[in-house]
Amino acid sequence: MSESAKKRDVLLDIRGLEVHFETRRGIARAVNEVDLTLYKGERFGLVGESGSGKTTMILALLRMIKTPGFIAGGKAVFDDGTDLLTLNREQVRQMRLKRVAMVPQGAMNSLNPVIRIGDQMVLTMREHGEEGERDELMRRVEALLDKVGLKPEATQLYPHELSGGMKQRACIAQAICLNPQLILADEPTSALDVVVQRQIMQTLRQLQLDLDATVLLVGHDMGLMAQFAERVGIMYGGKLVEVGTVSDIFCNPQHPYTQLLISSIPSFEKRGEFKGIPGVGLSLLDPPSGCLFHPRCPKATELCAQREPTLREVSPGQWASCLLHEEECDAPAS
Amino acid sequence: MQRFNQILYYLRESPMLAVGFVMVSIILLFGLLGPLFVDTSLAQPLSTTPRLEPSWDHPFGTDDSGRDLLSVMVVGVPLTMRIGLLAGAVGLGLGIFLGFTSGYLGGKFDTVVRGVVDTLLTVPGLVVLVSIASTIREEISVNIMALVVASLAWMWPTRVIRSQVLSMRERAYVQMAKLNGMSNAEIIWKELFPNLLPYLAAQFANAVNWAILSSIGLEALGLGPQNDPTVGMTIYWAITFSALIRGMWWWWAIPIAFIGLIFVGLLLIAVGLDELANPKQRKAV
Amino acid sequence: MPPLLEARHIRKVFSGGGGLFTDDKQTVAVDDFTLTIDADNPSFTTIAGESGSGKTTIARMLLGVIAPSAGEVLYNGRDLRTLDKSGTRSFRQDVQAIFQDPFEVYNPFYKVDHILTTPIEKFGLAASQAEAREQIEVALRTVGLRPEETLGRYPHQLSGGQRQRITIARALLLKPKLIIADEPVSMVDASLRATILANLHKLFRDFNISFVYITHDLTTAYQVSENIVVLYHGTVAEAGDVESVIKDPQHPYTRELIHSIPVPDPGSAWIEEAIEEKVLDEGAVEEPVGGCRYAPRCLQAMEKCSAQPPLFRSGTGRAASCFLFDEEQVLENGDLTQLFGEK
Repeated sequence: MSESAKKRDVLLDIRGLEVHFETRRGIARAVNEVDLTLYKGERFGLVGESGSGKTTMILALLRMIKTPGFIAGGKAVFDDGTDLLTLNREQVRQMRLKRVAMVPQGAMNSLNPVIRIGDQMVLTMREHGEEGERDELMRRVEALLDKVGLKPEATQLYPHELSGGMKQRACIAQAICLNPQLILADEPTSALDVVVQRQIMQTLRQLQLDLDATVLLVGHDMGLMAQFAERVGIMYGGKLVEVGTVSDIFCNPQHPYTQLLISSIPSFEKRGEFKGIPGVGLSLLDPPSGCLFHPRCPKATELCAQREPTLREVSPGQWASCLLHEEECDAPAS
Repeated sequence: MQRFNQILYYLRESPMLAVGFVMVSIILLFGLLGPLFVDTSLAQPLSTTPRLEPSWDHPFGTDDSGRDLLSVMVVGVPLTMRIGLLAGAVGLGLGIFLGFTSGYLGGKFDTVVRGVVDTLLTVPGLVVLVSIASTIREEISVNIMALVVASLAWMWPTRVIRSQVLSMRERAYVQMAKLNGMSNAEIIWKELFPNLLPYLAAQFANAVNWAILSSIGLEALGLGPQNDPTVGMTIYWAITFSALIRGMWWWWAIPIAFIGLIFVGLLLIAVGLDELANPKQRKAV
Repeated sequence: MPPLLEARHIRKVFSGGGGLFTDDKQTVAVDDFTLTIDADNPSFTTIAGESGSGKTTIARMLLGVIAPSAGEVLYNGRDLRTLDKSGTRSFRQDVQAIFQDPFEVYNPFYKVDHILTTPIEKFGLAASQAEAREQIEVALRTVGLRPEETLGRYPHQLSGGQRQRITIARALLLKPKLIIADEPVSMVDASLRATILANLHKLFRDFNISFVYITHDLTTAYQVSENIVVLYHGTVAEAGDVESVIKDPQHPYTRELIHSIPVPDPGSAWIEEAIEEKVLDEGAVEEPVGGCRYAPRCLQAMEKCSAQPPLFRSGTGRAASCFLFDEEQVLENGDLTQLFGEK
């Protein structure tokens, strides 16, 4: 099931991405030196707790960070050499939907309640420079809706006339209307029931295969990640602590945080067994020294409080940011 | 201590609030400290040379009946503020009582309160005030004036406080308070009220402002306290003696400048406090 | 001795949404639900369902926050609506709640201590300040918190997990016999969920407190509870001991539900396996009046499904509201409690 991502072409290369938030108690590093390579046509899952920076990261890729937050550094270079983070306002507008599109968390808030679905999508396409008669665009909209499993009649409906799942489908249709190379999905099904969730995720996967697009799925539901993603990245406190194929992450996690996270997942196998991660989540305003996870880490040594680990390849295709692995392998991160 | 620091923080964060505070403080200090430096007896008619332009001796000039306008302002501004504060306090007090009880308890009482407020709010306020003020036969004092204005100052606070309470009533911490065994009165007083404090302060600034403007409106029509030199009465006398046509600009311009200062000061405070009452802003790290 | 809390055929109809010239829309949120909680015999019961299943409405009726449109909720044999002041007081002490949002339950004006000291004061649990402090510290330690790290802080200074554990400590202070927990972990980070569930489990095991655990998440339900009731659109679809309901679901809805959960095992074919052909989205289906509510989505729907199926005893200690089991006995009175004792 997990094809080797190595052979694929690189779509987006993120290097040293930093997003900071200015607060009255100092600077919070919401995204902290993240290096991540996304390949063409892959499904990547980004996992983390609240405050881990996963949502901030995709907002940065959409250039939607608002004050008091700002992108403090780094690069996000597309295969053709354009750096997402240096685009000007007009280029950002051109980039959205055509290159990078977003499937939002709450579909209800991203559709205009007083415009029919079809008209909204025609409007969106026009805004992004698509030309043509209204009827012609409307036919494209109908084709898009068909792809996400909605009938053509849905163009005539207002958002409130759709169920939650149908709204999310409409949002997906809107996201793919200009054939983006990268689809960012921020917990797209967290507001939906599990039965509908499965239908939506299946639709999303089918579209991703058809369009050969890359999907970056952000969320905290490990079950969903296991089922949807081919590769998974784990974030903690703004840092990417581990990246690997879905089977590496779930069956052979290398970072202690990932290990604890995996063992804390409730399942139908473990009744009356509760394995949580000890300690409390960290405060971005007052981060610990050294490795951010060391105060909660059962394997922490004295060194962990002093030295900050870097992301290193611990086995082919699997990267972890932990001092335990730095001793064994000295190959620096490329 | 933390609350005090918070207030300092908001003053720094909201320039509007700070500027408003400074403006209103200037007015209050003017009224409080004025009598120490200015001879207030000059506020009586025939106490000095009439119709003098502003000069070093009479910085604000004098009027037709020989009153020194600086002394008039020193006496009149606190009187006008008193009307505003008194009417605002009575209005807000009624508004808090009615707003909290009807919003929190609901039911028939709420229906009646809401109906009365909504109906009365459609009636132009000045018309009501004019009819009330003109039916008062005896001499109108500053305190009566405040009560007249207060008779309408409670409706707007009632309405907005009620709507705030309605939305807070459903909050989870109110349910938690019920589970913790608190009575309705305790929930209103201990759970809802403290959270509305900045909002209520903003409403108070608004109510005072409204009351001052209404009292000045009444006074400019001649329905005010004839023997007290309030800011509004000064304008009334200026109108009555055609100050505008006779080129005695200082007579009307000075009271209007004071009204402007008070109005803008209170408005800035209200807007600043409203920002502070906005939970979105408060939750921001 | 009457049981601690008894819901008898409770039903809740919400009306509203009608315009000036149209009739109010009537929504049946809960239709005929019966459950008994016996304090002498502590139990951990999950009420599971998706949004709109009526699970939260049931919780609110059990807590006496809203009154049922029909049927009654009895506390020690007395209708909640007829409780006098001292009755209400002992009800509040015996039946406590934990809510979903561990931030909203805190009044932002006060430090977190407020929700701990208030119940002590209101229910007269401590004779002195020192005793109150002692009780609070014991309760906090029981849920795994260090008092010195939690007391004296404002809610926004603590993490979601800490806040939720404080609300559990609060419930514990009152030494209740029953805690109704409405989605207590759904807004808490995954890594802390287990800790909170462990807390609840500990209170049940060590303090003999019964639980009604309201959730949409069958995996956590399986982890903590003994019995489970699966709701669908206000009616009980299936009920029984959690092991058999989760491992061998009988009602077509429960089966679909359990099948739809993405399991944290990358090997399964959850995403690939075609979902059986059927109406794509439930919002698109009109609810039938009077019949089985799941029938329009059900692949096994039959003609008789146009009538509302009663709960059939589909196995030992379990029941399903589905005509697939109409050979079996009907569960008398629809009282789920009879089932839960059987296994």
